[in-house]
Amino acid sequence: MLTEAQAWLVLDSVPDPEIPVISVTELGIVREVAASGDGLRVVVTPTYSGCPATEVIAQAVRDALVEAGAGEVAVETRLAPAWTTDWIAPAAKEKLRQYGIAPPGGDAPVGPQPIRFMPRKLACPRCGSTDTARLSEFGSTACKALYRCRSCLEPFEYFKPI
Amino acid sequence: MTRQTNSPEHIEYVLRLGDNALILGQRMSEWCGHAPVLEEDMALANMSLDLIGQARMLLTHAGKLEGSGRDEDQLAFLRTEPNYRNLTICELPNADFGRTMMRNFLFASFQVLLWERLTASADGELAAIAAKSLKEARYHAQHAGDWVIRLGDGTAESHARTQGALDYLWTYTAEFFAATPGDDAVAAAGVGPAWSSLEAAWEAAVVPVLHEAMLTVPARTPFRSYGKFGRHSEHLGHLLAEMQILQRTYPGAQW
Repeated sequence: MLTEAQAWLVLDSVPDPEIPVISVTELGIVREVAASGDGLRVVVTPTYSGCPATEVIAQAVRDALVEAGAGEVAVETRLAPAWTTDWIAPAAKEKLRQYGIAPPGGDAPVGPQPIRFMPRKLACPRCGSTDTARLSEFGSTACKALYRCRSCLEPFEYFKPI
Repeated sequence: MTRQTNSPEHIEYVLRLGDNALILGQRMSEWCGHAPVLEEDMALANMSLDLIGQARMLLTHAGKLEGSGRDEDQLAFLRTEPNYRNLTICELPNADFGRTMMRNFLFASFQVLLWERLTASADGELAAIAAKSLKEARYHAQHAGDWVIRLGDGTAESHARTQGALDYLWTYTAEFFAATPGDDAVAAAGVGPAWSSLEAAWEAAVVPVLHEAMLTVPARTPFRSYGKFGRHSEHLGHLLAEMQILQRTYPGAQW
């Protein structure tokens, strides 16, 4: 048996499969951990509707807790409230930047949006220059956009605010 | 799970939303490996994934509302053409990149308005799906809107093709707002807005962008399409054949 606090500590070490530099708890997708019978019930929320990592994450959460001695672990998915990049912890945003992914800013397209080609002056996670250009609204996964730094010429990904 | 009794209009409303997402997601995924540039290849595949993810949630929900034990897979893979309730525009072939972007722009702009309204649905699960999908639809609309302007206000060739795409697709957008028999019941129950109530807001969202793209908005014509009533174009059957072959060949197959 694990206490809820112990379970959270275990989950702090379960990496996100797409961005292993941050954990599933730092990403903000573990919403609830509760004792349940002889084991635990864990509630997770998907980042994007079609995120292919959702099932891998549920399995990784279950495996880590069972290995730590949690007994029966039930992982359930909850949609509301919808996940937002605001739930990514500040320290985790810094880890993303050091990993080469520009962390989300507070500029999700909420409400009517003017159509803009180069919407934001984003700082390059490598050299810090804001002379950057968006190459595509979607990167290797739906949650990221693809940018290029015009100072150091490196491409980088931007974790889009949602 | 308790057996629920829900009105057929409510079930069909959710099914219609699920089918729109499933069919456009499947259609757009045909671009995977074929888009003009790698960045757009990834964007199209990611948007298809968003739509298929939304379809999974919606079809699962429709199956639960129906209460006869059909899950997302049975609804997606074991229905025939006349039982699909998607808008015709979702099943039309991709044609060129310009037409694909124009369709995404016209459809995603509609979805943004619809999801905004559905976040207040009396159906709690539908409201949760709407809040999730809204965030994704906004990125789809922004992505496609950027391209519509870039292509419409681009070279003579890209302008002509984009205007052609608008002329072709515009006639199918009348179907977005066509009344269905269950509209009043669904709106009265607070499940979701009547389709016709979205038309003015949709035009207000898309027309300025089309003008910025130097395109001429076509006049409405008497042409009507009826996919959401189950009367589809010749294109849906071919799409379903490809999408359903595995499940029909190996019934019950699972990943």
